[in-house]
Amino acid sequence: MSLSLRKGEAPKVVPLVRRDYRTATYVSGPLLFVETLGHVRYNEMVDLLLPYGERRTGQVLDCSERHAVIQVFEGTNQLDLNRTVVQFREEVAKIGVSFDLLGRVLNGVGEPIDGGPPPVVEERLPITGFPINPYARAKPSDFIQTGISAIDGLNTLVRGQKLPVFSGAGLPANELVAQIIRQAKVRTGEEFAIVFAAMGITHREAAFFRHQFEESGALDRVVFFLNLADDPTIERLLTPRCALTVAEFLAFRYDMHILVVLSDMTNYCEALREVSTAREEVPGRRGYPGYMYTDLATLYERAGRLKGRNGSITQLIVLTMPDDDITHPIPDLTGYITEGQIVLSRQLHRRGVYPPIDVLPSLSRLMNLGIGKEKTREDHRNVADQLYASYAEGRSLRKLVSIVGEEALSETDRLYLKFAEDFESTFLSQGNQDRDIEQTLGIAWQLLSAFPEGELKRIKREFIAKYLVAKEAEGEQRGGTTRHKD
Amino acid sequence: MLSGMIARVTGPVVEAKGMAGARMYDVVRVGEAGLSGEIIRLENDRAVIQVYEETSGLKVGEPVTSTEQPLMVELGPGLLGSIFDGTQRPLPVISAEHGEFIGAGLVVPPLDPKRKWHFIPRCAPGEVVQPGDVLGEVQETTAITHRILVPPNGGGRVAELAEGDYSLVEPAGRYEDGRPILLSQAWPARIPRPCQQKLDPELPLITGQRVVDTFFPVPKGGTAIIPGGFGTGKTVTEQTLAKWADADIVIYVGCGERGNEMTEVLEEFPELVDPRTGAPLMERTILIANTSNMPVAAREASIYTGVTLAEYYRDMGYDVALMADSTSRWGEALREVSGRLEEMPGEEGYPAYLGTRLAAFYERAGRVVCLGRERRVGSVSIIGAVSPPGGDFSEPVTQNSLRIAGAFWALDTSLAHRRHFPAISWIRSYSLYTPQIRHWYSARYGEEFETQREQAMKLLQQEAELQEVVQLVGPDALPEAERSVLEVARMLREDYLQQFAFSEVDGFCPLEKQFWMLKVILTYHQACASALRRGVSLSQVNALKLKDEIARMKEIPGREAVERLEKLQAEISARIEALEVTSA
Repeated sequence: MSLSLRKGEAPKVVPLVRRDYRTATYVSGPLLFVETLGHVRYNEMVDLLLPYGERRTGQVLDCSERHAVIQVFEGTNQLDLNRTVVQFREEVAKIGVSFDLLGRVLNGVGEPIDGGPPPVVEERLPITGFPINPYARAKPSDFIQTGISAIDGLNTLVRGQKLPVFSGAGLPANELVAQIIRQAKVRTGEEFAIVFAAMGITHREAAFFRHQFEESGALDRVVFFLNLADDPTIERLLTPRCALTVAEFLAFRYDMHILVVLSDMTNYCEALREVSTAREEVPGRRGYPGYMYTDLATLYERAGRLKGRNGSITQLIVLTMPDDDITHPIPDLTGYITEGQIVLSRQLHRRGVYPPIDVLPSLSRLMNLGIGKEKTREDHRNVADQLYASYAEGRSLRKLVSIVGEEALSETDRLYLKFAEDFESTFLSQGNQDRDIEQTLGIAWQLLSAFPEGELKRIKREFIAKYLVAKEAEGEQRGGTTRHKD
Repeated sequence: MLSGMIARVTGPVVEAKGMAGARMYDVVRVGEAGLSGEIIRLENDRAVIQVYEETSGLKVGEPVTSTEQPLMVELGPGLLGSIFDGTQRPLPVISAEHGEFIGAGLVVPPLDPKRKWHFIPRCAPGEVVQPGDVLGEVQETTAITHRILVPPNGGGRVAELAEGDYSLVEPAGRYEDGRPILLSQAWPARIPRPCQQKLDPELPLITGQRVVDTFFPVPKGGTAIIPGGFGTGKTVTEQTLAKWADADIVIYVGCGERGNEMTEVLEEFPELVDPRTGAPLMERTILIANTSNMPVAAREASIYTGVTLAEYYRDMGYDVALMADSTSRWGEALREVSGRLEEMPGEEGYPAYLGTRLAAFYERAGRVVCLGRERRVGSVSIIGAVSPPGGDFSEPVTQNSLRIAGAFWALDTSLAHRRHFPAISWIRSYSLYTPQIRHWYSARYGEEFETQREQAMKLLQQEAELQEVVQLVGPDALPEAERSVLEVARMLREDYLQQFAFSEVDGFCPLEKQFWMLKVILTYHQACASALRRGVSLSQVNALKLKDEIARMKEIPGREAVERLEKLQAEISARIEALEVTSA
């Protein structure tokens, strides 16, 4: 099996009725305009036959009695108006799903490219799916231990959540995601299967993930959808939908726990903008279409749990913030839909902190559902709040110090400054360690013990009594996991 | 029946031809699947339709039929505790009959037509009733009596009306001219329900949130907006208000937001108890859930469905609070449909009529004298969340909302990053209602409530100014009096304004407790200031460890609060006054 195998085989399903048109009238960007006799469906799939036998696929974006506008996934290069045959498939985009897809490598539209036999299709499902009835949803509540302190301790991930990683060019988002996939576990011990949708990432990155899965022996629990950087751009609009359809099938038909990885959504949004521009739509911010929020929501909202079913879909989304700008429409709209975000910081990365998670703008909205007594530990919420408050204080003092110098600070302020340093070097920075939640909280208490009790306003007194003392005895034996800078 | 055929499909917008005679905003069924939609433009025999459901797979040439009726909201007993989608389809019924995913073209009655309600008449046969008069009552939930009203377009001489158990389709009586008297009525969502007179909003909506009640109050019948970037806590604030606001009825519209959040509300509300009635919160709540992945056009309708329900309960004489989360998603739905109609775009692609539509929506709030012979006063308060892109308040939805709403609770990203919640900025927020409801506060707490508020605000303002100096020269360069201001302001921020929404004790803070908490902090401030004037040093005051006690005020349960805080206040002034000047 090789990643470099190409797509381009003909679609497997040939519908009974087909109408052929040779009436293309206009091509622009990824769009093809065809004169028709009506009877075209909105979002219907289309095959294009080129004179030299090549076959491409497209989708109807607008249809009227006389015209249909088709977006061509493989691009319009080499298309001509006279000889291109347009065949309408009479159905919206569908993907054949089955349990056997686990362990397979597929291209961006769900055709196998690993050289293996075509998978046995159990069912063909429309890739746009249907919205989950909010009433049928079950509240996510199972704590996922990722083994990463900044996530487990401060931005806890729960099963059924959708959590994006906001990265910047050159930041180790993929490493982080790979580490999460490798280490993710729940208390009940059930394993995750992974549906991986690569959109416009490079061969090197795809190979990195594959290698990671191979090493951890997870390969037969992974469905790969690969639309790499040099694959047709517009095809990426289908990739996440195909992946999520497979995920839904496995989660709700086979009661599996699925971790869907979407990487990199920035490339997806670029494709969306390309089509929108070609259609001459009124552009929204930075040229992205006004409906991008809705479009992204139809992807991200396909995470969650259903009442009375065992399976779940958890989404890990990677996106690159152009110019590290969190107010750019892509991270901005994503943040409005997802249940929190993990933000990577270039500054921390440069200082050698891995994972370079900037916890202040990071957030997990579902954290409260997954933590506390019986899930993690009773003091978890308080400890997290205290870490946040103290670290925020330390960070703002840093700014002050750069102007007035450390001497101008009070005794307490210096404690905060020191705390911020230690927090970054011991709590955040953990390399490839897999820390369980007890370890994470242990390190947190150790850091907090630097403060006089009166400063720990966010923690209930009973927890201070219980854990602050218990910690000192433990401090030595945890020495291995903490590296103080001094 | 009026029918035509599909001529064009583009996204959620469908064009149909052969529709001569159709009326604007009539509801139509589109395609063989029977998707519901609404006519939003007419051009000769062509009608442009916004479709409330996913249009994928619709084919040119499929039929379109008009129901020849606008989008109606069904009003009657059984609404409370329900959960609807944007066009008032009951989601639990859809889930039971059609599975976990919402398919296309489902038509389900909003209210259960079979369920029987016990009806007690409040007027006798032979009486002439007018719109708004109470025909009778139904005990809808333990706390809420549902008044069956004469519809705004109805009335006449009652011929028969009898006590008994009726379903929504069985008449409880009839008028002289033979029209039946039913327990339910229908009203077009886009048209405000009439009232006799709008009153000035002068009673506060008590929310139990210190920053809101004390600093930026909203009255019953008022409007407030909560703009904030993502992660600043709009939804948590909306939900907290939905839980604790002292309204009789709460309508929560989840408009284009997250599915899991709606689930949280759905699972949490039935378990929470209304502190005033002891009944489950769900019994006073109606939820409208149109999550972000559900079709956009229905999102546009959801706001109107919500406000019509609110007006209906208002007309019975109840105080209703409508939470709309988020109005930006509604604005975006308008923008998307407008774009498909190829209308000339206004600012940032939003249609030019965005402001008008927003104003028309917010103006449906108010405290009113209801229709009907007996005088009833009811109110609808609207609290709308706004999600400005990039947290930038200069965008059109925020700006247009600001022009209309009476209270502005600005959520601040930097506060949220510091985990200061609710992240309502005390510098940028305002409430235009303070003068109107001042009277109510002073009747209960004297003028002191007002003066405390002003004093605290002044301290916070002063802090903001001092911080600028501190940024340049460091805190040590400040005189002790100003350093003490910084310390008190910090107390105000951390020990008063911050309130953890999920805390059992502090989630709801009664007004008396708010008053006393503020009093304690300000007493500390005054005692400290006068001690410093006597020559006592700041470190002496700090050595008293009073700050710890102040920081733990939140944890005092509401019942004991006044007593304990009174004691704390006395202790603070006594201990600081007792400090002696040490010779320097």
